[in-house]
Formats: sequence, structure tokens, C-alpha cells
Amino acid sequence: MSDEIKPDELLNKIDYGPRSESGPESESKLKPASWMDTSVQIRPGMYCYAAKAESVETLSLPNARSWNPLEDDWKLPDNWQEIIHRGIKERLKKFRTFKIFMDVCVRCGACADKCHFFLGTGDPKNMPVLRAELLRSVYRNDFTTAGKILKKFPGGAELNGSRPLTLDVLKEWWYYFFQCTECRRCSVFCPYGIDTAEITIMGRELLNLIGLNIDWIATPVSNCYKTGNHLGIQPHAFVDMIEFFTEDIEDVTGINVEPQMNKKGADILFITPSGDVFADPGTYTCQGYMILFKYLKDKYGLDITWSTYASEGGNFGFFTSHETMKRLNAKMFAEAKRLGVKWILGGECGHMWRVINQYMDTMNGPADFLEEPVNPITGTKFENSKSTKMVHITEFTADLIKHGKLELDKSRNANRIMTFHDSCNPARGMGLLEEPRYIINECCDHFYEMPPNTIRELTFCCGSGAGLNAGENIELRMAGGLPRANAVKYVHEKFGVNSLGTICAIDRAALPTLMDYWVPGVDVVGIHELVGNALILPGEKKRTQDLRFEPLPGMELEEDEDE
Amino acid sequence: MNQKYLIPLTAVFLAFLVAYTGVEGAGLQWFFGIVFPYVAIIAFLAGFVYKVLGWASSAVPFRIPTTCGQQKSLPWIKQNTIDNPDTSTGVFLRMVLEIFLFRSLFRNTKAAFNRNASNSLSYSWEIFLWLGALAFHYSFLVVLLRHFRFFTSPVPSCLKFLEYLDGIVQLGLPGIFLSGVVLLAATLFLLARRIFDAKVTYISQAADYFPLFLIIGIAASGLSMRYFTKVDIIGIKTLTMGLVTFSPTIPEGVGGLFYAHVFLVSILFAYFPASKLMHLGGIFLSPTRNMANNTRAKRHVNPWNYDVDVHTYAQYEDHFREKMIEAGLPVDKPVNKKE
Repeated sequence: MSDEIKPDELLNKIDYGPRSESGPESESKLKPASWMDTSVQIRPGMYCYAAKAESVETLSLPNARSWNPLEDDWKLPDNWQEIIHRGIKERLKKFRTFKIFMDVCVRCGACADKCHFFLGTGDPKNMPVLRAELLRSVYRNDFTTAGKILKKFPGGAELNGSRPLTLDVLKEWWYYFFQCTECRRCSVFCPYGIDTAEITIMGRELLNLIGLNIDWIATPVSNCYKTGNHLGIQPHAFVDMIEFFTEDIEDVTGINVEPQMNKKGADILFITPSGDVFADPGTYTCQGYMILFKYLKDKYGLDITWSTYASEGGNFGFFTSHETMKRLNAKMFAEAKRLGVKWILGGECGHMWRVINQYMDTMNGPADFLEEPVNPITGTKFENSKSTKMVHITEFTADLIKHGKLELDKSRNANRIMTFHDSCNPARGMGLLEEPRYIINECCDHFYEMPPNTIRELTFCCGSGAGLNAGENIELRMAGGLPRANAVKYVHEKFGVNSLGTICAIDRAALPTLMDYWVPGVDVVGIHELVGNALILPGEKKRTQDLRFEPLPGMELEEDEDE
Repeated sequence: MNQKYLIPLTAVFLAFLVAYTGVEGAGLQWFFGIVFPYVAIIAFLAGFVYKVLGWASSAVPFRIPTTCGQQKSLPWIKQNTIDNPDTSTGVFLRMVLEIFLFRSLFRNTKAAFNRNASNSLSYSWEIFLWLGALAFHYSFLVVLLRHFRFFTSPVPSCLKFLEYLDGIVQLGLPGIFLSGVVLLAATLFLLARRIFDAKVTYISQAADYFPLFLIIGIAASGLSMRYFTKVDIIGIKTLTMGLVTFSPTIPEGVGGLFYAHVFLVSILFAYFPASKLMHLGGIFLSPTRNMANNTRAKRHVNPWNYDVDVHTYAQYEDHFREKMIEAGLPVDKPVNKKE
């Protein structure tokens, strides 16, 4: 990407005063028009390509066709307005969140500068309140008594802040609902708890009714449905990749850690995002899991199986519609039932855990064929997951470490000066904050927090979540990731932080690019990569390299001698 | 742009004038003092109930609180029981703090970007919106409660005590009530934010200015009656007691200013259920705040949950069986030998 926007050019664009959005630096800067009067300009670098017809067809979702957002004709069904109208009406009944959030916003502006996309672009329509107003303006026009009366008078609609659903408005919805990563940061600050993620979810669900998805969501959804994972890795290829990791780990440790796949009667089913099997640096996290499971098997006889059918922890259905989310998520319980395991263990992933923590049991439960999760090694009952019967791997590992069940050699991570990026969903849709920090501290010597306004429930998104981690929208991603990167830069310069820990597969895919762009010299590492490096496998050889085949701290010389 | 606040401002002025001249010129006391207040109260009550029932009739399919602290996890990890509650006690406390102290707004920060060598984004605590909002709501509440002295006879002692507290700064004659002054000041502050903070200006609608102007009009007319123009307080109490006992009468000697004040208040009540002011009711029902984060421990039931098409393991295995066998993966059904 040679035509990629340079960091300096991007920074020059940032201006938190209102201006005409998305267009080239515009003359209207001085005279802010009503936001309703500015029509959307879909700008390359800021949007993702349209969903391919065949991906939409896999799940028989509506209006599969080839279309291009830059063209005027989006090839919509003739009655698209009616479809959307009916869709809104239905959802107002089905979701109290939607109805209340349409009604109660007072536009106080507390959310305005909390959104990473607003902070990175300065585009006023990225203020969460305005993102929601895009939809609310239509809601007020068509669904409220006041709106229905007022629009009959000249100027009444403007007075009410309402507008009819035109093609222009629809395009604006599409553009901005795919510039939101559903991170919920604004919701933390809202005095009524209005959650823009919820509004974006509704917006995208409506758009999907007339076939307006983006391909970076639709194709993973289609893959996941057919092959079991977003990346479309077929079962034999999945096995190949795991075997490849097994060889790498054997090179480093001298131990064959080959995991069990699709094994009936195992104790625990393990499910993680397929991104960890597919691309660096997630692969090292995956290897960390494999080393941990081997350790537990050899030492304590714990029998954990992977599955190729349920080989996806993530759920891009969540970014499509509630129904699609349910269709993809169903695999987890179905596979646990088929294999006859006791409970499910879930890997490091962000939105996956929002789905598991807040939706899964409701959608696809009750999981009465599973047992209430107990760690057989420590005897700890995972009280917080006794109904869904799915435990987060950092809860599991933290429990093991706390009980002294893992033999760890911290010095192998001594070269990592860590900070930790709370992923949006585990932070604001779950509250998984201390577990990963505990593990980091047990596996590493150096850990520094980023500034308090940028971590825990106030964490900033990587800028690429909710299905926006594509290549074509790189400017959007780099702008949206700026607040996160800026906080990393702070600890990088102040404490020499060189490693950014995270518990999210999208983060592991997105943050390396973001770091290269804004803070070169910072690696992105999964928490279980640290565990994999520190954990001393029974009978292992003297390790000289970490999982990345980099020399371990203090082993740089021996490396040289070997060569 | 201007019409966003000019039209609401004009509307409030006109309403004031209509009532004032209607009473002073046309003798329409019965309308502005009896008919419209009754209509407004009915509209308020009916509208409020209708709206809340409307929200309540919508389903809550998922338990999706926004969590703002450590979850309940392992026994040795300290949970934030208020910001990430897993029990109804925790939720109750969270809601109390939210409703009475505007806890979320208290977190407010202001972001700044410094385009210089460090290019740093910084976030500073921004307390003024919280302060302004709190001052506004509580002073309005006190003012409202104090007005119950017009609707009760004898005046209950708790109201007298409230008046005593409100007038504790003994200044001028008649003694000044803090609440009225704070109400006017806080409303003016909130208005100033809308006009001078560029971001807030941009997001503001006429529907944001209208209630502000209305309340400013109410506060100003109320203050001027108490401290400057003076009114026949006995006459007013006759009218208000008449309203509340459903035997309305129009006393002699109460001027147009009072009726204009009542008219603005009536408009506020009637307008309330159709407006954003319904956040008063909505905050109680907001699912991101009023639910416990315990969906993994306690199953939440979606009333409209329905079955969906899924790609079953059997379909998956049918599709990949040979490849699976080749890769050494166990299969449920042996491969069909066709040839």
C-alpha cells in the first residue's frame, strides 16, 4: 500500500471542532451546516468492500448480488424503504434497548469525544451521539406521534430533528455503522447507559435486511458456517497447521505436544479464534495453549480436545444480525454435546467473549448436558460460569498459577517490557480485567500500565474490531487506533515498553500494523504466548529460543555459538 | 443553524405573551388557570404512563449490562460489586448512584490533541457538565417540592423544613431561596454550553433548546413574582387549592404574570412525555445499567427466542469426510464406498 496515508498527514486532519465530515478539507469549516444537510461522501480508505454475493448466499441472507458502494446504484430491492420500516418496527418491539435508546438521549455531549473514531478522524458523525442520531432522525420521523404530526407542517421536521429515510440517509447509515467497532466506550460515560454498540448492531441488522453487508464480515460468516471457522480452514488443513506448530514447539522445547482433535469423551473442549491458528503473532499464542495443555496432560492427566467443526471462537455473525450470531454460535454447544465433554474452555478473544458471556446461554442454552465447570486440578469451582459452562482461559490459567500448579520460568520473558491492552468486549461486556494482569505478572518481570483513562473499562479499541480489520479501510483503522497507539507510545517512551499484551485475536491481527504505523518497535503478544515461553514442560530440553525462534534472554551468545 | 434556537425561543416568548395578554386583555383566567393546567396534567400522566408501558412492553432478549469494573471471578480476585454487579443488591446500588448522583456523567473527561513534537492525546477530568446537571436537577426538585405548599393546607412540616433549609442563607426580604437562583443559573449554564461549545452546538436540536428556554422562562417569571413584582399570594393559593380539590375557582386580583408562569409550567408538563425529558423514566429501564452481569452463571431467557438453521456436524462431516479420514481425524460415519 504505497498510496497509504502518512501518519503526519493523518494527524494534520484531526480537528475536534465541527466541520463537514468525510469530504476533503472543506470550505464549510467556518459555517457548520446542520449535520442533516451534509450528504455522505464514501471515501476510499474509510470503507470496506461490499459483501460478495456467494458469501451472502451461503446462509441464504437477503439480496445477494454484486454491488459497489462507490456506484450510485446499490441494487436495492424496490421496496427497500418498506423493508427497513418494517425492520425498525419489529426491532422496537423485540429490543427494549433499542426503543429506550431511541427515546431518551438528551444530546448532552458526554459521549462526543469518547469514541476512538472521533478522536482519530475529527469527523463529527463519529461522535456516538450523532451516529445514533442518524437512525433516531428517521425514528422520530416515522415512529413518534410528535414526528408524525410535525412533519405535516412546513419546517416541522427540521424543528423535530427528523428526516425521511432517503437513499442518501441509507448510504450514510451504511458508511457510519461500519465505522463503529461496537466497543461500548461511549456507553460507560452515558448517564442513561445508551450503548452505541447496540444501535450499531440494530443498524447493521437493518442494513443486512436489504443486503448491505461488508465483505470482511460476510465472507468470514460464510466460511464459519460451512467449514467451522472464519478463515475457511478445512479440517485437514487445520490439522496440518497444528502439526506444523507441533514441529516448531518440538524444535524449541524438545517435546512433542501434539494435541487431540475431535476426541470423544475428553474432559474439556477447547475453542479459540481461528485467527490464532492462521497468522502471526496469534500463532504463538496458539502454541502457548498447546504447551499448556500438554503440561496439564502429562502432569495431571487432564484431557483437553480441540475441534475442527467448532474451530472458531469468534463470531462475525454478531456483526451481522442476532440471528446469524445464533446460527454460528450453535456449534459450540452442539460440539460439546457430541463429544461428551464436561465443560468448554475458551481461548483469548474479544467479541467471542461478549457473545459467550452475554448471549450464548440465552440463544443456544440451556447447556444441561454439561457439568458445572470445576478445575479438576485445583478443585476450584468456576461459580461465574455455572450455567453457560464455558470458562475463559485466563480464568483457568490464573487459577492454576494461584494454586502453584504451573512451574514457570519468568526469566524467559525477561526481555519483554510489557503493557496490557484491555480488549473492549472483555472489559466492557464482561469485566475480565485482573485475570490477564495476574498471569502477566506471574510470567514476566516488567509490566507497566498505560495511563488510567485508556485502560480497563476506559480502554480504547484497536480501531479494527467488529469486522473492520480489512485492508482497504486502512486509513480508518489507523485513525481509529490512534488513541490506543498514543497511550502505548507514552509507556514506550517513558518505560521502554516493547511488548503489548492482549487477549483478543483481532488485536493480534490488527495491533501489529497499528504499532508499525504509530509506535514502531512494539511487539504484540498474546498472554498465553508468555505462558508458553515461561512454562517448564516435564522433560524438556534446555531452551535457548522463545516460540518466535528469537534467542531467550541470556542465550544470545549460545545462539551465536550454535551458528 | 439559528432556527434551532430562535424558533424555540420565539415559541416560549409567544406562549408567555399569549397567556399574559389573554388574561390581562381578554379575561381568559379560566382557560390559563383551570382548563389548560388540567389538560396538561392529564397529558403528562397519560403520556408518561403510555411511554413507560410502551418501553416495558418491549422485550429484553439479552442481559447486556455495560460492565465498568472487575467481574465476579475467582475467589481471590476482588470484584467491583457496584460497577460490575452480579447480584440485585449490586444492581440496586449501581442504579441508586446513577439516578441520584449521575455516576456515569461524573466520569466525564475532555479530550485534547496537541499537534506538536509529542502529538499526544490527553484526557482531563471534566466536572462541569456533571455539576451543572446535578445543580439543575436538584434545584428543580426542591423548587417543585416547595410548590406543594400551594396544594396543601395545612402545609406539612417537612415542606416547611425544606423551605427553611432552602432559605438558610438569610438575604433580603422576602428571604431568598437558593433553589430558584441555582435553577436559573444552572439552566443558563446548560444553555451556554449548547451555544458556545462547538461540538454540543453541532449535535443540538430545537428539541434541546425548547425545554431550556421554557424552564428559563418558568424560573425567571417565578423569581420575578417572588422578589420583584409581587403577587397576591392568598389569591393564588385559593386558585391552586381549588385545582387540587377539584372545585376550581378564579380569585380576584391575581395578575397576568402568574397565569403566564402557570401556562409555561403547563406546557412543560404536557410536552414532557413526547420529549427527551422522558429520560426521567428511561433511566430506570435502561438494560445496560439495570441488569446484573451474571448471564454465564444464571441463564437469561429470551421470550422470542426461535430456532434457526444451523450447519450441523453431520452435514459438516458429510462434506469433509474423506479429507478428515485422510488427515487422521475420527469420523462418526465410515466413508461410503461407492465404487
